[in-house]
Amino acid sequence: MDRRSFLRKLLSALVLSGGALGGFLRALPAKAREVAEPAGTLWGFGVSVDKCIGCARCVVACKTENDVPKEPFFYRTWVERYMIPKTGEAEVTNIHTGLSPDAEVPSRPIFRSFFVPKLCNQCAHPPCVQVCPVGATFSTKDGVVLVNDKTCIGCRYCIQACPYGARYLHPETSTADKCTFCYHRLNRDLLPACVEVCPTQARVIGDLNSAASPMTRFKRMNKIFVLKPNLNTEPKVLYANIDGEVR
Amino acid sequence: MKKPLQKLPESALRLITVFAVFIFVTIVIVKFVIPPRFKDTKIQWADTIKQENAKPVQYAGAVACTECHDEIVAEKKGGYHRDLSCETCHGPTKAHTEDPDNIKPPAPRDRKFCPVCHTFNPSRPRGFPMISPVAHNPMKACFTCHNPHDPKPPTVPRECSACHGEVARTLSVSHHVQLKCTTCHKVPARHRVSPRVIKPTKPANRDFCGRCHAQESSFQGTPKIDLATHGEKYVCWQCHYPHLPEVE
Repeated sequence: MDRRSFLRKLLSALVLSGGALGGFLRALPAKAREVAEPAGTLWGFGVSVDKCIGCARCVVACKTENDVPKEPFFYRTWVERYMIPKTGEAEVTNIHTGLSPDAEVPSRPIFRSFFVPKLCNQCAHPPCVQVCPVGATFSTKDGVVLVNDKTCIGCRYCIQACPYGARYLHPETSTADKCTFCYHRLNRDLLPACVEVCPTQARVIGDLNSAASPMTRFKRMNKIFVLKPNLNTEPKVLYANIDGEVR
Repeated sequence: MKKPLQKLPESALRLITVFAVFIFVTIVIVKFVIPPRFKDTKIQWADTIKQENAKPVQYAGAVACTECHDEIVAEKKGGYHRDLSCETCHGPTKAHTEDPDNIKPPAPRDRKFCPVCHTFNPSRPRGFPMISPVAHNPMKACFTCHNPHDPKPPTVPRECSACHGEVARTLSVSHHVQLKCTTCHKVPARHRVSPRVIKPTKPANRDFCGRCHAQESSFQGTPKIDLATHGEKYVCWQCHYPHLPEVE
């Protein structure tokens, strides 16, 4: 090998390895290359179970605000009535939204009883997002899980995957639908419809990242529980004063 | 020496060509023909967020009401309904804020609406004011006696059951049905104004129940126990529920 060909080979080797190094750097996850941004808004929701009177105004307001079908079994938020007998399983009924009071009489002697408002938990690790085959459901930066009804094919995988039963198939659009924390209201500085109408302030919404927000106070003043913590979905709907029987 | 391609039979070559063309065309279609809006979820998600944000609002929010209805807001501020949003009873008012003269939100004036919250229901939290609509002044509209913007009972309820319906109903089937609430509880007058802040007392010692239930008590017809050996450090109501003592 003469000097000229050696130099030529050395040069090309340098160029190639440089390219390889560049490619390797590009292949690194985006996080490793970017500087962490300051934390923005992260919406969280608080429910004080001991304040709920089961009037279902939240359910009615949600249906009005978000065009949810009026018939039963289509809910973005709903309220369950727990009746815990002295022995055996708890009786759980979904309270209806009509004006006439709930006339349901439990079949067994009841030890304690209460209402539990439920809604989409806006999980940090949402199973519904994982299973969507077309990427129609996703988490926004401010922590809300949304559904893109333009690309949703109505396959119902997400409805099956949600451990909280928070999704339903909208009968008119045939796409999955769920609570969005009233995303359109939050960005106009309004409270979600259910929080707005709750007569006993059983529902609270606020920024989890903020140093001073209704949610920060809610977390400071209450003992907090989330639904099905064993699934590691990390819900952003936090429950205070909740009974261990609640599933 | 033959080139490697020429070693292959012609049929295989054709097949490879067809596949190569197919792969090439697919890449071209995916890369250049399909618009990015159809395949890039980032764009789709940004569109979804825009679409969500553009959705119309139905509930205007309580702040909107304060702009015109300051008298009612001031009236409501001091009463029990101070934390109640206007739209809880009057329904969605966004249309009313945009056209206040022609579109009026409904004001529920019949007996159907108030009982949604105030009918007795044992699942409701303790102390929430509840009535039985069947027994409570039947046929009379609620607002003839109660002002919904500053609800007060027309007369301060003598009966504790006005708020403590669950306890009253439990007590009515118990052996303690004859006892008055004030036999065991001292109720400060301010409890009626700030029910959650100023609370009635509970018996603080065992001798209180012992007045009827101790062995040495002269009271007739009650179960008797020896206070010295029974229950030790506990106050009686820490084990027995005085509103329903040992019925079953």
